[in-house]
Amino acid sequence: MATLVETNTTPLAAVDVDLVTVDIIENALRNARYEMDAVLFRTAMSPGIREQHDEFPLIADPDGKMVVGQFGLSIPDFLAGFDGTVEEGDVLMTSDPYACGAAISHANDWLVVMPIFHSGRIVGWSAMFGHMTDVGGKVPGSLPTDATSIFEEGVLIPPFKLYKKGELNDDMLRLILNQVRMKDWNRSDLNAIVAACRTAGRRIVELCDRFGPETYVSTLNALLQRNFLAMKQLIATTIPADETLTFTDYICDDGMGFGPYKIHCSMYREGDGVVLDFTGTDPQSPGSINYYLNENLYKMFFGIYMIMVFDPQILWNDGYYPLVDVRIPQGTLLKPDYPAALSCRTHGLGRIFDILGGLLGQRQPEFLCAAGFSSSPHLMYSGNRTDTGEWFQLYQIGFGGIPGRPFGDGPDGHSLWPSFTNVPNEFLEAYFPLRIERYETVADSGGPGFFRGGNGVDIAYRFLEPGTISIHDDRWFTYPWGVNGGEPGMRSRKWLDRADGSREVLPSKCDNVKVLVGDVLHYVTWGGGGFGDPYTRDPALVALEVKRGLVTAEGAARYGVVLTGDGGVDEAATSALRERLSAERGGTKVFEFGPAIDELRERCLEETGLPAPQPPVFRRVVAPA
Amino acid sequence: MTYRLGVDVGGTFTDLLLIDEDTGATHRAKTPSTPADQSVGVLVGIDKVCSLAGIEPSAIDHVMHGTTVATNAVLEGKGATVGLVVTQGYKQVLQVARSFVPGGLAAWIIWPKPEPLAALENTVEAVERVDARGEVVTALDEDDLRTKLKYLRAQGVDAVTVALINSFANTAHEQRIGELVAEEIPGVPISLSSVILPEIREYERTLTTVANSYVRPTVGRYLTNLEAALRGKGISGSLHVLRSDGGLAGVGAATAAPVQLLMSGPAGGVSGASWVARQSGYSDLLTFDMGGTSTDVALVQDGQPRIGRETTVGSLNVRASSVDVRTVGAGGGSIAHVPELTKALRVGPQSAGAEPGPAAYGRGGEAPTVTDANVVLGYLPPSLVGGEMTLDVEAARAAVQTVADAIGLADAETAAAGIVDIVNENMFGALRLVSVQQGFDPRDFALVAFGGAGPLHANALAKLLGSWPVIVPPSPGVLCAYGDATTSLRDESARTFIRRFSETSDTEVAEALAELAAEAQGRLDAEGVAREDQTVTYTVDVRYHGQGFEVPVPVDAAALGDGGLAAVGARFDTEHTRLFTFALDAEHELVNLRAVVTGRPPTVSAPELPAGTADASAARVGDTRVYVDGAWADAGLYDRALLAAGNVVTGPAVVTEMDSTTLVLPGHAGTVDAVGTILIRPLDAA
Repeated sequence: MATLVETNTTPLAAVDVDLVTVDIIENALRNARYEMDAVLFRTAMSPGIREQHDEFPLIADPDGKMVVGQFGLSIPDFLAGFDGTVEEGDVLMTSDPYACGAAISHANDWLVVMPIFHSGRIVGWSAMFGHMTDVGGKVPGSLPTDATSIFEEGVLIPPFKLYKKGELNDDMLRLILNQVRMKDWNRSDLNAIVAACRTAGRRIVELCDRFGPETYVSTLNALLQRNFLAMKQLIATTIPADETLTFTDYICDDGMGFGPYKIHCSMYREGDGVVLDFTGTDPQSPGSINYYLNENLYKMFFGIYMIMVFDPQILWNDGYYPLVDVRIPQGTLLKPDYPAALSCRTHGLGRIFDILGGLLGQRQPEFLCAAGFSSSPHLMYSGNRTDTGEWFQLYQIGFGGIPGRPFGDGPDGHSLWPSFTNVPNEFLEAYFPLRIERYETVADSGGPGFFRGGNGVDIAYRFLEPGTISIHDDRWFTYPWGVNGGEPGMRSRKWLDRADGSREVLPSKCDNVKVLVGDVLHYVTWGGGGFGDPYTRDPALVALEVKRGLVTAEGAARYGVVLTGDGGVDEAATSALRERLSAERGGTKVFEFGPAIDELRERCLEETGLPAPQPPVFRRVVAPA
Repeated sequence: MTYRLGVDVGGTFTDLLLIDEDTGATHRAKTPSTPADQSVGVLVGIDKVCSLAGIEPSAIDHVMHGTTVATNAVLEGKGATVGLVVTQGYKQVLQVARSFVPGGLAAWIIWPKPEPLAALENTVEAVERVDARGEVVTALDEDDLRTKLKYLRAQGVDAVTVALINSFANTAHEQRIGELVAEEIPGVPISLSSVILPEIREYERTLTTVANSYVRPTVGRYLTNLEAALRGKGISGSLHVLRSDGGLAGVGAATAAPVQLLMSGPAGGVSGASWVARQSGYSDLLTFDMGGTSTDVALVQDGQPRIGRETTVGSLNVRASSVDVRTVGAGGGSIAHVPELTKALRVGPQSAGAEPGPAAYGRGGEAPTVTDANVVLGYLPPSLVGGEMTLDVEAARAAVQTVADAIGLADAETAAAGIVDIVNENMFGALRLVSVQQGFDPRDFALVAFGGAGPLHANALAKLLGSWPVIVPPSPGVLCAYGDATTSLRDESARTFIRRFSETSDTEVAEALAELAAEAQGRLDAEGVAREDQTVTYTVDVRYHGQGFEVPVPVDAAALGDGGLAAVGARFDTEHTRLFTFALDAEHELVNLRAVVTGRPPTVSAPELPAGTADASAARVGDTRVYVDGAWADAGLYDRALLAAGNVVTGPAVVTEMDSTTLVLPGHAGTVDAVGTILIRPLDAA
């Protein structure tokens, strides 16, 4: 447990704050949080952070409760795992999920936490974590599919002081950077994260100067309380009081031949609050797909989904946390025992959003979105250049189809993660030995619906140097489900067209795949599920999308639309087809998951070119003494 | 005698400013804008201003024009049907749009995705490929492309963009496709990405070039018609258009690259504000233009507006240099509301617009707006001197009372004060974006307030910022026309030049800059600007090798010989530290080189007011009351037209004129200077 050292021990008095001041400070906090992003993007060096924005900032109150941000990093958990003092000028960091209660969930995420002092007292915290392209370990990119413990996943940094009273701990930093493959990137990305946290710190100090620290801190309490009350009302009006809702979804496999893994969640009311109970989730995996989920983080996600619709201007904070109880059994996929491997947790992280959507929308189908969160699919490509011997290493996040939504079609090939973008292909070609020969979405891959699911993306990478690649994706075995009559989207696929003319289907999760000059990798992501009855979609829109190449002429039939020779709608044939298809189908289902697991297994090899995963075998793992 | 004419076409009015280049004397005219064809209003205005001056239009030598034609085409979605030619495999580059979903976590649930400016059915792929070093990997298949161009022609496209992968490194295929398009679709305007934005990043380059095509027919038609109409009036002088970056472009250049005009309007405002502030002796400025639905702010350092590399209009964000104007959706018409769930007080971004407008306008508006709050607080007097409108105080009160009721406030005044505080805070946030967040201390800058509502809120904002004095120019409406008329001709040449410092030399960079300067100077020569009237400045964009964003560093040609790139590196480190709080021990890398050539600015001086004393009582036309700091206070009501130079208006005071109202807060005083500008400062600092 950290010991906070304040030179001014007079507690900050609670004062009354008028409403306008509360709104003003709320606005200033929002600006400070965006400024953290801006500083980071402009100064970081790894494409993963500066182009793709794989990072999350937050600003917290003196107790560590998040007042602005979107990935509650759980500063209290971090401080609980840190034995030492915290003083003005200190900057703390860690990359060990087990030492901070999963404030971060794999060792690639480097978390920086900084106390903010005003006149000798702690008035808040700023924190940010960013995904490092490499943190060492057995494979480039440090996300080994076959790891069976966290010791194989690179350097594991315990909570420590990167800066002690403003003084950089250079020895420790050198020790850390000595473990990683891309030292310059890590060093400058870390620098940028610290700069972003300091920027937030300066803004908070300015607010305290302007309003006084008492008013500032009292305002934070008011903001937290505002969230608490808002959520209480939302829960009362939207979550049934005497019913347990459940939802189950899957991670397709663990990359070692076993799967799917079940994630199961029950939601029910308890008093004013709500319980989210993951009992029924599969035990932890022997591999690295475990997702160590911090309870507070899931509260955050729950809140964002809940309030988004009702007052999007509201600032997310931790104020409503007492109303949400998240229960995760120890030893499961979502709370594995130390030292389980964690690096490939991205699939679980994606999937819990689909589960949240599936739970919350069950009683309000008009707010229900289809499934889309495959994960954030990764590609790693590394090697040495033939002429110079220079090491190159790429880590890139892919995107797929956004689900059909109550408000419209899912965008094609877009990101479900906030502020993430692709790396420009010209940038990739300029700095890495590869050429991107195709970059387009896959017609028909979005699930048909009244609102179509977004299409997945097909990126064709031609490799210009020999090297190795790693792939991390999911939703290749189970389908991104549709809702309210919408159909599932297409699953993801990966294959290599070798320069020698052969084709090799690649698993969704793999490491150390050797590629040669001229080999072409097709990296095809999933499509989003559809929303609503596809037979009610405007036939003219379907015809237009055929013309646009987003849906094929055959695909139009899945909407019950028949086209004429010149690409127009054959009205009569369309009506007849829709009538027949509707009758055959009968009523629409709230969820359309596609075939059952057994059936998927049976058809797996034929449909995907890959053997079906075997049902997982679970064994307890006990840490070395 | 020769005359120069500045013309600014705004949403409501077209303002004209005629300047006698020999004497500096000015004549102003205002006429309603004609949105259907802006040139109609322009011509009416020209007749009006010429008859005021007693001259024939043929005496006008130069016409300088700020226009929102391009901007409106984007905002109203009324641009061209654009055909797009891309490299095979990249048809959906605009559809995928870098996969970016704006907003926070789960924002994808509610985000409405805008349609691409070039529709997918009007996009074709060329079989061709160039690699990142500019070498041809696959030759262009011309026969295949001709077939596809025939399809585009049949689709009825009225502008074509060619944007190929890696064309920044080799323009040959784009050039050749341009020729093929000209053959297959005769007469269609063609924009090549390697001409419009020869920079790495395919999505940004494609989007910017498509945006260029999107507005090109509209802008081309408008400028051609306007030029012809001017000729018809006997005006043989040149027509120039104000670009987004504050420079002027000839009709030819403006028609070819209209994407550079998207911020022409705001650029005129910032230029005008700079000019008018200079007349009062100030050159480090924050400009603050508050209108009915939005507020534009910018930073001017040493008389030069900060230029950004991006232009944003609505949801369109393109890479085109423009005055770094930030816009917030906060204006006089912004509506205050209280969400049921949180009971917070929010102001905007919804606006009552011109119709029905604020409740106080009495045109059926019932929602409480910022204007209504200003009426309740007495900042806007019920009957504006010289104004045509009376304000309905009771309606404003009733509207604001609904806010008071919703959050349980004591009275309408408290709610109104809250609304004004919050909208001020929103604008304060925008002003911080251009100052504090760029490493500038706002206390080193004066605040220039214009737009219908700017002078009403400026005193309060200056208190938040510490930016003194507040500069309130006379007749803020004509400010943009001043900006248009007093701007210099300007052109620039730039090229991408990605080299680590160790990979190039002082000499190589100096030579490249000299070539760029020669190019740009040639274009100013063609505009008839004598070499001795041309000034060349250089900028290089620098980053640490490995970073993705650059910081522009000004270079003077002499400095490159004196200290060379090492000195540039040191300047970059300083700038990086100012912007981001740290410098890195990493190698510097050049990204872009740019030469800017500027013609000599015209000498125009502002008309001077008759001199008076500090006593402003002659302009005091009545008494009023304003609600400040929780209480009502007696305040003077002044008619700006009656103020004389040297007059001091002590707050609390309200100064009215035809198109705006100035509020001087208690503890502050506004001094009228020789050119009629009001300079507001705190009393204890005066």
